[in-house]
Amino acid sequence: MNQEKQPAGPAPKPKKVRGKVYVNALRCKGCGFCIAFCPPRVLEFTAEFNPQGYHFPQLSNPDGCTGCDLCGLYCPDFAIYGVMLKNGAPSAKDPKAASEEAQP
Amino acid sequence: MSATVELVPPNPVEAILRTERMPSIWCPGCGIGTTVNCFARALLQAKLDPKKVVVVSGIGCSGRVAGYVDLDSFHTTHGRAIPFATGLKLANPELTTIVYSGDGDLVGIGGNHFIHAARRNVDLKVFCVNNFTYGMTGGQVAPTTPLRALSTTTPYGCFEQPFNLPQIAEAAGAVYVARWTSYHVRQLAHAMGEALRKKGFAFIEILSPCPTLYLRRNRLGDGVAMMQYFKEASVVRHGAPTREVGIDFQGPLAVGKFVDIERPGFLELVNQQLGRTLDAEYAGCGGEGDYVRG
Amino acid sequence: MTADPAGVLTGTHFLDGDQACCEGALAAGCRFAAGYPITPSTEIVERFAQRAPLVSGLFVQLEDELASSIAIQGAVWAGAKAFTVTSGPGFSLMMEHIGYAAMTETPCVIVNVQRGGPSTGLPTLPGQADLMQARWGSHGDYELIALSPNSPQECFSLTLEAFNFAEQYRVPVIVLMDEVVGHMTEKVIIPPAEQIEIVPRRYTHLSPEDYLPFHAGPDGVPEMVRAGDGYRIHITGMTHNERGFPEVSVEAQENLVRRLVDKIRLHADAIARVEETATEDAEIIVIAYGITSRVALRAVQMARERGVAAGLLRPVVVWPFPEQRLRELAAHARGFLVVEMNYGQMVREVERIVAGRAPVSLLGHGGGSVHTPEQILESIVALQPVAEPTR
Repeated sequence: MNQEKQPAGPAPKPKKVRGKVYVNALRCKGCGFCIAFCPPRVLEFTAEFNPQGYHFPQLSNPDGCTGCDLCGLYCPDFAIYGVMLKNGAPSAKDPKAASEEAQP
Repeated sequence: MSATVELVPPNPVEAILRTERMPSIWCPGCGIGTTVNCFARALLQAKLDPKKVVVVSGIGCSGRVAGYVDLDSFHTTHGRAIPFATGLKLANPELTTIVYSGDGDLVGIGGNHFIHAARRNVDLKVFCVNNFTYGMTGGQVAPTTPLRALSTTTPYGCFEQPFNLPQIAEAAGAVYVARWTSYHVRQLAHAMGEALRKKGFAFIEILSPCPTLYLRRNRLGDGVAMMQYFKEASVVRHGAPTREVGIDFQGPLAVGKFVDIERPGFLELVNQQLGRTLDAEYAGCGGEGDYVRG
Repeated sequence: MTADPAGVLTGTHFLDGDQACCEGALAAGCRFAAGYPITPSTEIVERFAQRAPLVSGLFVQLEDELASSIAIQGAVWAGAKAFTVTSGPGFSLMMEHIGYAAMTETPCVIVNVQRGGPSTGLPTLPGQADLMQARWGSHGDYELIALSPNSPQECFSLTLEAFNFAEQYRVPVIVLMDEVVGHMTEKVIIPPAEQIEIVPRRYTHLSPEDYLPFHAGPDGVPEMVRAGDGYRIHITGMTHNERGFPEVSVEAQENLVRRLVDKIRLHADAIARVEETATEDAEIIVIAYGITSRVALRAVQMARERGVAAGLLRPVVVWPFPEQRLRELAAHARGFLVVEMNYGQMVREVERIVAGRAPVSLLGHGGGSVHTPEQILESIVALQPVAEPTR
């Protein structure tokens, strides 16, 4: 039987579903829940402050975000949430995909 | 690139929140908002008609939940959310009636109403946020404050044994009793969903940090530190005997679903009993929802 | 609109005041009651417990008066008409929730069948010492309406009117009975349903987008909604704005509480109601309500037989107090005799309103018994103005 020869070197990893987060910095109170409990630990506080004087979160490693939305579930102020991406756009399987076009 | 400038598509849970009233009054590190987040998810997932969902709360930080959800909401008097909700539910049984309040409100001043509604098995979903203190008024001792803990009214340490809420709920007759913490967000959202579907008096105790008062006074760190304690000290014990799940100061925490039984609900018993006695004369209660409203 | 025939026990009956009160509630369309046993009011809800399920209603005996007085408000917001009943000690427990009803403008009826107080007092004997409490018992500034029947017939008709007032003005309404009226048995005529006027709940026709829960029309009363109809209301006992959300500010307080108070004060003359006997030419006017007014009527008759120009002013609506009428009478009366089963409550209103234009005298006692006509007559005679000495 014919087997395709593997190219030399490590096999390229299959493309994973990545994620991204949306941060409403104006609502954030800097509690740190999202940062503490992000499973891949890809969130960190910004250096800047919001108008209320709180640091708010940002992705320290955007490639590492899985879009699990645990940050979104923890946030007491609805200031952050995550979505899954497929090929760089919110995944159709992610129930929040429709929100991309949602009007506030 | 500044995140403050980028327009953010709304979080889907905002569909049932009054975002125009945010930021909320809750302190940074307070867990109440997290519980509301779980509640919002559970509500959206349950696909209930939001028009027919009502939130009734009492007085206290947790009582403010009623003001932030975009549903028919009632911010009632201290300790009396449950009887208000009872009257509401009996007059219109179509309404999914949720009581959302704090430990002091529900089992301190409200203790009597709590046990009677559980006894009657009134169809209420009672979400009790337990932060071990009376937060709104500045951090006084509560019926749930652990022995030896400091508070403004026990400056030398609490000298009372606290209530074991799941035990009282079960003893009073609740048909669904669970405890989670604001760390256990997925389990909490799931439990709230179960409670929404459960017929009868469903009770969930949710442990939550009060960083400004309980934590600070007892030198327990910030909200994240308390959440870490919840994470490390919790042991999931579904079905554990509720007499074993009391909480000592910074001690082990039994979490999980302790009780999930079936028992006739209050209106069911009303209809059964009156129907049996009055037979054809009985006009019926609660079936079509319009009986008491006329 | 007229009454729902299902709840109207049309006919001629022999009922006591408590029983008639229950019938008044049912005739008004009340189908939900919550309560706690307390003498001498218990019979009202005992009858309701029996009658209501036959007309799609329900009575629930709750664990205390705190629960009862707020459960009825929950029922109101779900769309029902609801009432509770009690006496002194329970009335005291209900005070916080009377204030909540005033603040949230929840139409409901609270019946207080007064007994001797204070505290446990005289559970089975009459008193009238809750009059001021009915007006001022809860904390803060608010106004409400209170009615006082003096017969089982009025227990029926005034309880029915209480519900109408509640819906008209969106206030808690007190039916202030006393133990004697509650337990006396007399003829009660209940008319056919089509002769009974009912004020329906003033539901809005605005859409949820346009409706503001606490935006009032010209009469100061906002339109109402109920839970479950998609208005996504927020109702709170905190000082609130027109949207209903808490607003802790001096401005919000002035806008809201001023309106709550003016709702009644600006319409006090329209709400006030009295019954007068021989007051047109009276020199001495007796003022009494409830069972005391029945005795006072006899005393006034006896006085007239003796040539004394006496008359009787009976407040039927006790709050708001009939200020305008009393002021008119004070212009020509030579003396007022206030008779009440307490050590002086209504007399304070009379003194305030008469403002020194004529002497005001009190014939009061601690309760437990009803005045006799002779006692009242003696006081009427004593109040007579001294004859001018002839030259």
